[in-house]
Amino acid sequence: MLRLEPRAQPSTAMLFATPLLAVALTLIAGLILFAILGVDPLASLYAFFVAPVETWYGVAELCVKATPLILCAVGLAIAVRANVWNIGAEGQLIMGGICGGGVGLFAPEGDWVLPAMFVAGALGGAVWGAIPALLKTRFNASEILTSLMLTYVAQYLLIYLVRGPWRNPQGFNFPQTKEFDSYASIAPLIEGTRLGIGFVVALLVAVGGWLLLSRSFLGFQIKVVGLAAQAAGYAGFSEKRAIWATLVLSGALAGVAGLNEVAGPIGQLLPSISPGYGFTAIIVAFLGRLHPLGCIIAALLIALSYIGGEHAQMSMNLPVAVASVFQGMLLFFLLACEVLIRYRVRTRRQLARG
Amino acid sequence: MHELTAILLTTVLASTPMLFAGLGELVTEKSGVLNLGVEGMMLMGAVVGFAITTVTGHASLGILCAAVAGAAASAIFGVLTLLLLANQVACGLALTIFGVGLSALVGKSFIGSPLERIPQLHVPGLSDVPLIGPLIFGQDALVYLSIAIAVAVHLFLNRTRPGLIVRAVGENHDAAHALGYPVIRIRFLAILFGGAMAGIGGSYLSLAYTPLWNEGMTAGRGWIALACVTFSTWRSSRIVLGAYLFGFFTIAQLHAQAIGVPVPPEFLSMAPYLATILVLVLISRKASLVRMHAPACLGKVFHSAG
Repeated sequence: MLRLEPRAQPSTAMLFATPLLAVALTLIAGLILFAILGVDPLASLYAFFVAPVETWYGVAELCVKATPLILCAVGLAIAVRANVWNIGAEGQLIMGGICGGGVGLFAPEGDWVLPAMFVAGALGGAVWGAIPALLKTRFNASEILTSLMLTYVAQYLLIYLVRGPWRNPQGFNFPQTKEFDSYASIAPLIEGTRLGIGFVVALLVAVGGWLLLSRSFLGFQIKVVGLAAQAAGYAGFSEKRAIWATLVLSGALAGVAGLNEVAGPIGQLLPSISPGYGFTAIIVAFLGRLHPLGCIIAALLIALSYIGGEHAQMSMNLPVAVASVFQGMLLFFLLACEVLIRYRVRTRRQLARG
Repeated sequence: MHELTAILLTTVLASTPMLFAGLGELVTEKSGVLNLGVEGMMLMGAVVGFAITTVTGHASLGILCAAVAGAAASAIFGVLTLLLLANQVACGLALTIFGVGLSALVGKSFIGSPLERIPQLHVPGLSDVPLIGPLIFGQDALVYLSIAIAVAVHLFLNRTRPGLIVRAVGENHDAAHALGYPVIRIRFLAILFGGAMAGIGGSYLSLAYTPLWNEGMTAGRGWIALACVTFSTWRSSRIVLGAYLFGFFTIAQLHAQAIGVPVPPEFLSMAPYLATILVLVLISRKASLVRMHAPACLGKVFHSAG
C-alpha cells in the first residue's frame, strides 16, 4: 500500500520534472484515446504534433496562436499567486477586442490609431476585470462566478455589435464589421506569415510579469497575500489591493490579447474572435508553473495542440474537439503529478521503519 | 391565463436541470468539497443520455447512463483532489474543460439527429384543469424525481445520522477524522452523488428541454447551478427556490423576445447572467451570513498523517 509523506522542503527537481511527466502521460493517454476512436495512433500523433511545425510558416502560426495564450496566462498566473481565480479572461479578451476594435473602426486616419487601439483594448479588458474585483472587495461575491458570467455578457455584446450597429453595410448582411484599414491593422513582421508585433509584446509582458513577481514590492505583497492572507493582513498588506491589482492587470493583458487577435490575424470583428483562449490560458498558467516565463513555453506547447487539432481535422478528419480533450487531460495529469512536489510516495513498510 | 401557464411550465422546464445539478453540488459542498466541474459533468450527462437514448430507444436507460457518466467524470476529480491532494478549484476547471471537449468528441455523430421528448404524465381530467392541471399533473418523470430528490436530500442532511456525518466532515475534517469517520470515503461518495446528479441534470437538457444534442449546450447552466448553491447559503430548504428563480431568469428572456419587447435579443440573452451576478451580490453582501452557513472546510485539502 502506498502512502504520501510530506516533504520538509518542496522538491526543486520535481518542480521541473512534473510538467514533463504530465506531457508524457498525456501523450500516452492520447495514444490510447486514438486507438479507442479507431484511428492509427502514431499517424494521428504525427498529424497532431509534428506535421504542423514542419514548415517555417507552421512555426510562425505556432507563435501567432501562442501570443494570446501568453498574454492571458501571465495575468492569470499572477492572479492565482494572489489566490484570485479569474475565470473570465475570455470575456476580458472579447471586451478588449470590442473596445480596441471600435477605435480602429471609427478613428480618423493617423499613425496614432494602432497604439490607441492597444490602449483601448487594455482598458476594455481592465474594466471587465475590475467589475469582479469591485464585486469581490465591496460585496464579497465570488470572483470565479462573476467573472465567468461576465464572459457570456461580453460575448452577447460582441454579437449585438457585429449584427447591429457595427455591421459592414457592404458586407452582404454577414454579421461582421468592415475590415480594418491598414493604419489600424498589425502588419506581419515576416513577409508571408501572420506573425505580428503582438508576439514580441507578449514576450515582453512575460518578462515584465516575472520582474513584477520577483523584484517588485507589489509582487511580493501579491505572493504573501496568496500564501497567507491573514499574515499579509498583519504585515499591513491589503488583500483587497491584491485582488484589484491582479484582476485589473490580468483583465488588461487579456484585453490586449483580444485587440491583437482582431487587429492582427482576424482583421475585423466577427461574432466569435477566440476559440476559448481565455479558458485555455488557465491550463497554460498551471503548465507554466504559475511562472510568467514558464507560461511562454507552456503557451507554445498548448498552441501546438491548437494547430495540431486544426491540422488533424483537415488531414485525418478528426473532430477539432480532440484538442480540448488533450488540454483537459494535460491539466489533470499536471495536477495529479504536482503531489510529488510536496509529498514523497512511500510504501507503508518504509514509513513504519521511519 | 394561457400565457401564465406557458411561463410557469417553461420555468419548470428550465429549472429542473439546475435543480438536479444544484442538489448534487450542495451535498458535495456540504462534505467540504468545492467541485467547479459541474458544467463539464452536465455536458457529459447530456451527450451520454442523448446517445444511449438514440441508440437503444430507452430514455430511462439513457438517463441512468447519464448519471453514471456524470459520476465517472466526478470520480476523476475525486481521485485528484482526495487521493492526490490537488487543488480543488484547478481540478474543477480542468474537469469542465475536459468535459466540454470529450462531450463534443463523443457527440460528433449525434449533432442534428432528432429525438422525441421524454413523455409527460397525463391524468385524464386532472391534467386538463386550467393552470394547476398541467403544472402539477402534466410533468415528465424527471421533474417529479427532482422534487423527490430535493425532499430526500433535505431529510438526509438534516434528519439522519449519515447526513450529520457528511456535514461534520465538511465543517471540520480533522475532528471527524479523530472521531474515526472515514473522511476520504465520505467525501468521495458525496462527489459521486454530485456527479450523478449533474449528469441527470445534463440529460434533462438533451432529452426534455431541447430534445437534441449540441456542443456546449449547457451554456453556463453548470455555473449557474453553482451560483444556486451560494444563493441557498448551503441550506437544502432553499435550493429548490434558488433553482426555480434562476430557471425563471433563463426562460423569462425567451418570453420577452416572443412578445416583442423593444430590446435587442442579444441584450435579453445577457439577462440571466446579469441576474445571476445581481443575486450573488445580494446574497454574498452579508459576509457574516455566508460565513455562518458555508461549510468551514469547503475547498480545503485533507491529509491524514496516519
